[in-house]
Amino acid sequence: MIPAVVVFLYLGVVLYIGIFAFRRAGGREEAEGYFLANRSLGQYVFLLSLFGTNMTAFTILGSAGHAFANGVVTYGLMGSSSALVIPLTLYLFGTRVWALGKRFGFMTPVQMYRDRWECGHIGTAIFAVQATLLVPYIVIAVMGGGTTLSAVSGGVVPYWFGGLIVAAVVMSYVFFGGMQGTAWVNTFQTVLFLTFGAAAVIFISVSIGGFPQAMERLADAPETAALLTRERVPPKFFFSYMLIPLSSIMFPHISIFCLTARRMGQFKKTVIFYPLCILAIWLPCTFLGLAANAMTDVPGIESKLEARATLAAEREILSPAETADQQRAAAGDDVIILMLEHYAPLWLAGLLGAGIMAAVMASDSQILALSTMFTEDVFAYYGGRSRFGPAVQVQTGRLFVVLIALVAYVIALQAPPGIFGIAVQYAFSGFTTLLPLLVAALFWRGSTKWGALAVVLWTAVTMAAIAVLQAVVPAPPPGTAIPVWTVAGVDVITRTPGGTDVLGYMPVLPMLIGSSLLMMVVSRLTPKPAAATLARYFPVESPLRQN
Amino acid sequence: MRNWLLAAAVLALYLLHQDFWFWNAARPLVFGFLPVGLFYHAAYSLVVAGLMWALVRFAWPAHLEADAESAGTVPNPTAGTGERP
Repeated sequence: MIPAVVVFLYLGVVLYIGIFAFRRAGGREEAEGYFLANRSLGQYVFLLSLFGTNMTAFTILGSAGHAFANGVVTYGLMGSSSALVIPLTLYLFGTRVWALGKRFGFMTPVQMYRDRWECGHIGTAIFAVQATLLVPYIVIAVMGGGTTLSAVSGGVVPYWFGGLIVAAVVMSYVFFGGMQGTAWVNTFQTVLFLTFGAAAVIFISVSIGGFPQAMERLADAPETAALLTRERVPPKFFFSYMLIPLSSIMFPHISIFCLTARRMGQFKKTVIFYPLCILAIWLPCTFLGLAANAMTDVPGIESKLEARATLAAEREILSPAETADQQRAAAGDDVIILMLEHYAPLWLAGLLGAGIMAAVMASDSQILALSTMFTEDVFAYYGGRSRFGPAVQVQTGRLFVVLIALVAYVIALQAPPGIFGIAVQYAFSGFTTLLPLLVAALFWRGSTKWGALAVVLWTAVTMAAIAVLQAVVPAPPPGTAIPVWTVAGVDVITRTPGGTDVLGYMPVLPMLIGSSLLMMVVSRLTPKPAAATLARYFPVESPLRQN
Repeated sequence: MRNWLLAAAVLALYLLHQDFWFWNAARPLVFGFLPVGLFYHAAYSLVVAGLMWALVRFAWPAHLEADAESAGTVPNPTAGTGERP
C-alpha cells in the first residue's frame, strides 16, 4: 500500500503545479497565454517538457515489455532511431515552424497551412485527420493510468477508479494551468522518471548480484540466446521502422509545442540533449526488459516464461482461444513493475511507481493540443472569437478539455484493451504519411492546397484500408504469415501476427512514398497560391526560399 | 562546403543505424553484461548527440530568428476574423 500512497502524493503535487501555474498567470484569459504559455518557455523547461511530452506509457512499460519478448532489437528499433530522427526534425522543421508562428502569430499548424495555401475547408480536413489519429493516445493513457494505479496498490484501487483519478487529475491541471501548467508538470515528470529510472537499474542490479551472470545465462540458453541478437527481426522491417519517428513532428502537440519557446535559441539544447535523454530512458528500460528473462525467481515473470514456452511447444495443437490466453499470459508490459515489487524497497517502489505514472500521464499535452486545435481551427476560424470574444474562446477551450477527458474515460471503460494499442501503432504511420504537408509548406513554393488535400485523403484512405484488412483477415499465429495479395509469385501484401507487411516492409514506407508523390504530382497540375502569399513565405533574400 | 559535410554526416549516421554486421552477434558482452548490438546502438546515440552539437554549432539557421524578430508579429490572418477565404 505504501507505493500507492506515494503515487497519490505525486498526483497531489502534479495537481498543485498546474493550479499554481494558473494562479501565477493571474487567471489570464488570453488565448496565447492559455494555449501557448505566451511563447515564453525557457530552454530547460522546453527541453524537459518536450521530451516528457514525447514519452508515453509505452516508453517505460511497453518498451520493457517489448524487450522482454523481442530482446535487444527494441532499442535500435525505437530508441536510437528516435535519437537521430526526432532532434533532426526539430532542427529542420521545428525551428521554421517557430519562426513562422512568431512572425504571423500562428497557434496551430492548421493555421499555417490555411495561410500558406490560401485554403479554408482543406485546413478543416487536416484538423479532422490529425484529431482522429490523436484520440486513441488519450484513451490509452487513461487505460494505462487505471492499470498502473491498480497494480501499485495491489488491486485495492480498481481499474475503473484508477482511470477516473488519472483522467480527473490530468483534466484539472490542463484546465487550470493551460500550456504553462502542462509544461511545468511535464518538466517535473521528466526529471522524476529520469532520476528514478537510473535508481531502478542500480537497485535491481545490486539485488540480483550484478547483471553479467544473468546475461551469460541468457546467452548460453538456446531458448533465450536469440534475444541478445536481432536474428528474429527481418532487416526490411528494421529499416522501415526508421520512418516511424518522422511522425513526431507531425503530432499536433509537438508542433504546437514548438511555438512555445521564448527564442529560437531554446531549441539548441533540446536538439543536442534529446539523444542523451533517449539513451537515459530507453537503454535501462530495454535492458531491464531483456534481463527480466533471467529473473525466474520473480513469480509473475516465471509464469510469463512458462506461457511463452507453452506457446512455442504447443502452437500446433492450441485452439485460437487458448493461443490468445497464452499470449496474454506471456505479455511483458508489467515486467518492470513486477521486478520493482520483488527487488526494490517499498519506498523506492512507490517513487518508481510515480515515475511510471509520470510517463503514463503524458496525455496532458495531447488533450491541450486537441483543445487548442478545436478552439483555434474550428471555433475561432468559423467566427466564434469575433462573435463572442477572446475570453469565451479560452472558456470554450477549457470546456473542451473537460469533454475530451470525460469521453476518453468512458471509452477506456468500454473498449477491449488491444484495440487502442493497435490504433496507436498505426497512428504513427498516419502522422508519418502526413509529413509531406509540413515539408512542402516550409520548403516548396510550388506546393498547392490541392496537393495538401491529396495527402490528407491518401492518409485517411490508406489508414482505413489497413484497418479493414486487419479486421477481415485475422492475425495468424506467431511465426506464420498469410499472403493477402500475390503478384507473379511475389507476396505484395501479407498479414502478419503483428500487423501488415508490404513487400516485407512496414506499410508506412509505401504510405509515405504515396503521399510524397501525390503532393508533387497534384501540386504541379493545380494553380499556385497568389504571388503576394508566396512572397511572405519565400522572400527573395531569405534562405527559406527553395525552388 | 561545411553544410554539405554535415548533410553527408547525417546521411552516414542514417545508414550506420542499419548495422547488419552485428545482426546475429550477442558476444562480446561489453562491460560483461551489454550485448554488443545493444552497446553499438547506445554508442550510436552518443555519436548522434555529437552530430547534433555540430549542426547547432556550425549550421544553426539564425537568420530565421532574425527574420521573425525584425518583421514583428503580423496578425494571424486565418484565426478568428470570421471571414473565411
